[in-house]
Amino acid sequence: MKAIVWQGTNSVGVETVPDPTLLLPTDAIVRVTSTAICGSDLHLLDGVIPSMEKGDILGHEFMGEVVEVGRDVRKLKVGDRVVVPFNIACGACDPCRRGLFSACDNSNPNHRMAEALYGGVSGGGLFGYSHMYGGYAGGQAQYVRVPFADVGPYRIESDLRDEQVLFLTDIFPTGYQAAENCGIVPGRDVVAVFGAGPVGQFAARSAQMLGAANVIVIDRVPERLAMAAAAGCQVINYEQEDVLIALREATGGRGPDHVIDAVGMEAHGHGPGALVDTAKQRLKLSFDRITALRWALLSCAKGGTVSLPGVYGGLIDKVPMGAAFAKGLTFKMGQTHTHRHIGPLLSRIEAGEIDPSFVITHRASLDQAPDLYRTFRDKHDGCVKVVLNPWA
Amino acid sequence: MSADRPTTNPTDPAALPDAAPEADLTETGTAHLPTLERSVMGSVGVALMGAGLRSARPFQKLVLGGVGAGLTAMAATGRNPIAAALKIRQTGQGEVLVRDAVTVGKPADVLYGVWRDLAGLPRLMTHLQSVEVLDDTRSRWTVRAPTGTVSWDAQITADEPGRRLAWASLPGAAIENHGEVVFREAPGDRGTEVVVRLAYRPPGGTVGAVAARLFGEEPAQQLRDDLMRFKREQELGFAPTTEGQSSGRAAHGGQA
Ligand SMILES: [Zn+2]
Ligand SMILES: [Zn+2]
Repeated sequence: MKAIVWQGTNSVGVETVPDPTLLLPTDAIVRVTSTAICGSDLHLLDGVIPSMEKGDILGHEFMGEVVEVGRDVRKLKVGDRVVVPFNIACGACDPCRRGLFSACDNSNPNHRMAEALYGGVSGGGLFGYSHMYGGYAGGQAQYVRVPFADVGPYRIESDLRDEQVLFLTDIFPTGYQAAENCGIVPGRDVVAVFGAGPVGQFAARSAQMLGAANVIVIDRVPERLAMAAAAGCQVINYEQEDVLIALREATGGRGPDHVIDAVGMEAHGHGPGALVDTAKQRLKLSFDRITALRWALLSCAKGGTVSLPGVYGGLIDKVPMGAAFAKGLTFKMGQTHTHRHIGPLLSRIEAGEIDPSFVITHRASLDQAPDLYRTFRDKHDGCVKVVLNPWA
Repeated sequence: MSADRPTTNPTDPAALPDAAPEADLTETGTAHLPTLERSVMGSVGVALMGAGLRSARPFQKLVLGGVGAGLTAMAATGRNPIAAALKIRQTGQGEVLVRDAVTVGKPADVLYGVWRDLAGLPRLMTHLQSVEVLDDTRSRWTVRAPTGTVSWDAQITADEPGRRLAWASLPGAAIENHGEVVFREAPGDRGTEVVVRLAYRPPGGTVGAVAARLFGEEPAQQLRDDLMRFKREQELGFAPTTEGQSSGRAAHGGQA
């Protein structure tokens, strides 16, 4: 089959690789009908997330049709049309039973690697996202092996198009969870979203769905800000305005009640702090650049929430913890517990509350994917979200 | 009394006729060097430093001198900084202590039953080759070692069904060791906390333990892996894997 393969830092290619097979009786094989490139794939592309190996198949946002199931699979059947959460969860451990699917104890076969880095515990496995997260082959391919087939895949029975449900696998629940983590008081709270990429777009619309009095989106790319403005958000271009002053003015000096950092460690900032971050990241002294996080802590209102859906990989420094402490902020963060959001969010799509396909700017075949990785990375051509058809 | 460190053994002593008094499993910090080890290390260190200083080759001078100075310092201070850096911990008797814990979503008596079936332990612990049950309390353990296999006899020193199992090697063991597994109910319906403490005297003292660690034998990591394997076996019935999955490596004839 054809697949997008990581070939080394800043190099992905289309390769012909063996078709996946069932490795365990609880596995299924899914024929991928649509897959997407995610912002966090860019952390793999530029080598910021460690433990990639040449030949790894990328991709963690995908959906398709079940073509084979293992003998212990009970609920999923051949022919089912499914969306598959980007994180892999066992469904049986304590975190899974509490709905904390991304924190699954059991799904990462390389738990040693994550434990060494992350304080003796590992999160669950992820599709196509480095060996630290299990080394599972990803879904930017014609077929994919799906472990724990009765736990992850969610059956789509309505006739919604792929493009309307594909993002239930990652960026929609990720943006939604970021907004939900804020504990928005409807009609009262103002939410600021740093980063108008795909997750930021869904975070902003989710904050609106959850009743935020106002949603302010901060970015520097005009097309992305226009997309947020089209949804009724207030926008700030940080290259044209002083963000902290603009947010104070927009909130009567209080600051936003909740701030979502939908940028994560790849923040491009200005000033000496940002330059030092970039240099240290290049030298592998630090994984993360944190301009957006600094702005989040400095701008957030007293008693507010700082919600972090953006990926942080390692250590960060020069965090204004004094501001966070003085204002009594709450931090909420972590990988998305995708499994628990799919059903409720699908209902919202079916009810016409949101059509997630608004975010798509580029459609392509797998063969065009390497070029589109670069287009997406460089934010050229108004690129916000790329959907790939593995059979085009 | 804290639930995790029972100080009494409620099992009828008559059931454990040969039971030696239980050895301590309390941690006292990172490795302190026994006196003999210190004096050997001191003389080797001084000799190496001398050889280093005499050597005409600058690289050799540096390496021998450095290692020699290190050993001498270790001997002088009575501390093994390499052992400390490698987090090799010790009991009050100078043994190497390894401890870890895992929470498993099953009742304590079920998990206790799995451990009490000593002959089945090699399924939990991959470095164990076999455990041969000799009688009610005695068993023969065989482990894989870099040099082949090593065997010793062990005896159960405490057996509290559903709560705790302790054992100790019998005199003459190649690797003197003892340990315990404690099973205690996790708060809030989360199953059972399984706590393991193992103490052993590595051949070669703390230097031996450091050498073993540097050659890839890491008892702490082995125990961690064993506990995770146990948890997954109990909660899932299998271990997750990516072995044999498709990749761009397989396409080039390499390992998938
Ligand atoms: Zn993603
Ligand atoms: Zn789980």
